Amino acid sequence: MQLIVNGERGDYPEGLTIQGLLTRLGIAQRPVAVEVNKKVVPKAEHTSRELTENDTLEIVTFVGGG
Amino acid sequence: MDFTEEQIKRYSRHIILPEVGGRGQKKLLKSSVFLVGAGGLGCPAAFYLAAAGVGKLGIADNDDVDHSNLQRQILHSSKDIGYPKALSAKATLEALNPDVEVVPYMQRLTSENIMDIIKDYDVILDGSDNFPTRYLVNDACVLLKKPLSHGSIFRFEGQVTTILPGDGPCYRCLFETPPPPGMVPSCQEAGVLGVLPGVIGVIQATEVVKLLLGKGQLLKGQLLLYNAFTMDFKKVKIRRNPQCPVCGENPTIKELVDYQEFCQVHF
Repeated sequence: MQLIVNGERGDYPEGLTIQGLLTRLGIAQRPVAVEVNKKVVPKAEHTSRELTENDTLEIVTFVGGG
Repeated sequence: MDFTEEQIKRYSRHIILPEVGGRGQKKLLKSSVFLVGAGGLGCPAAFYLAAAGVGKLGIADNDDVDHSNLQRQILHSSKDIGYPKALSAKATLEALNPDVEVVPYMQRLTSENIMDIIKDYDVILDGSDNFPTRYLVNDACVLLKKPLSHGSIFRFEGQVTTILPGDGPCYRCLFETPPPPGMVPSCQEAGVLGVLPGVIGVIQATEVVKLLLGKGQLLKGQLLLYNAFTMDFKKVKIRRNPQCPVCGENPTIKELVDYQEFCQVHF
């Protein structure tokens, strides 16, 4: 299945969840906000939400310094 | 209000810009901006806002100047070590432009005092260095319907967005709740490239000037991501979240929360 993650298209296994994707990217432990097709998905749904063909994701990390 | 001869010279490069002009300059002189923090972001932002002739700048910071600040916090100098940042900032800004009144607040913003402190300012600029303050400022601005320029930095990365409550998403629409304490290292723990806050703080000041003038496009509903290492600028669209706890359809946050306590309960 093709996904577009932060602007880059790539191949991913079918049935991948958001949490699964974050694990693959090595950022499962980091606090992030995830948008799927321009909608923010609440963190509580990351483990249940399955991604589908051509989903477009933006993963934004928390930055808090000043 | 008429310009003095000195003001005509000082602001001449603004006055000849059709998008600013004499009228815009007068607007700036009558405007007020409240800066949260006189640190990496607040210093460059305040420096340019003062130079631009924004009439009143409130600056809140409860820290004293430390040697480790001077690599990026450009309102403070070696002679200011140990001196309150808000006062050091005031001295530098008023030396740059005597038209500007700088009001220092040497206290930490809390749920108790923030509403009173910020209520009379036109725009708020958040350059704070911690999540409790960021969420407090976001929520207070939403509740008071104050425009807010959000900026944050970490190592080589910066983020900026402009929040217009009621007319676009707020910080919680994207990051609903603060990260658990300790999950996100601070600049103190992880370092920050000294010039990075200059870029981000000045982008925040640019947004504030346009907001005050009512001109140009703003970063409303957009998060600008900057990576100084790879020199990439990228915009991510953010939308209002109908479930946002503070600006959504059924807000659960109706009064301010001091987030330290909030964390202890939830994490």
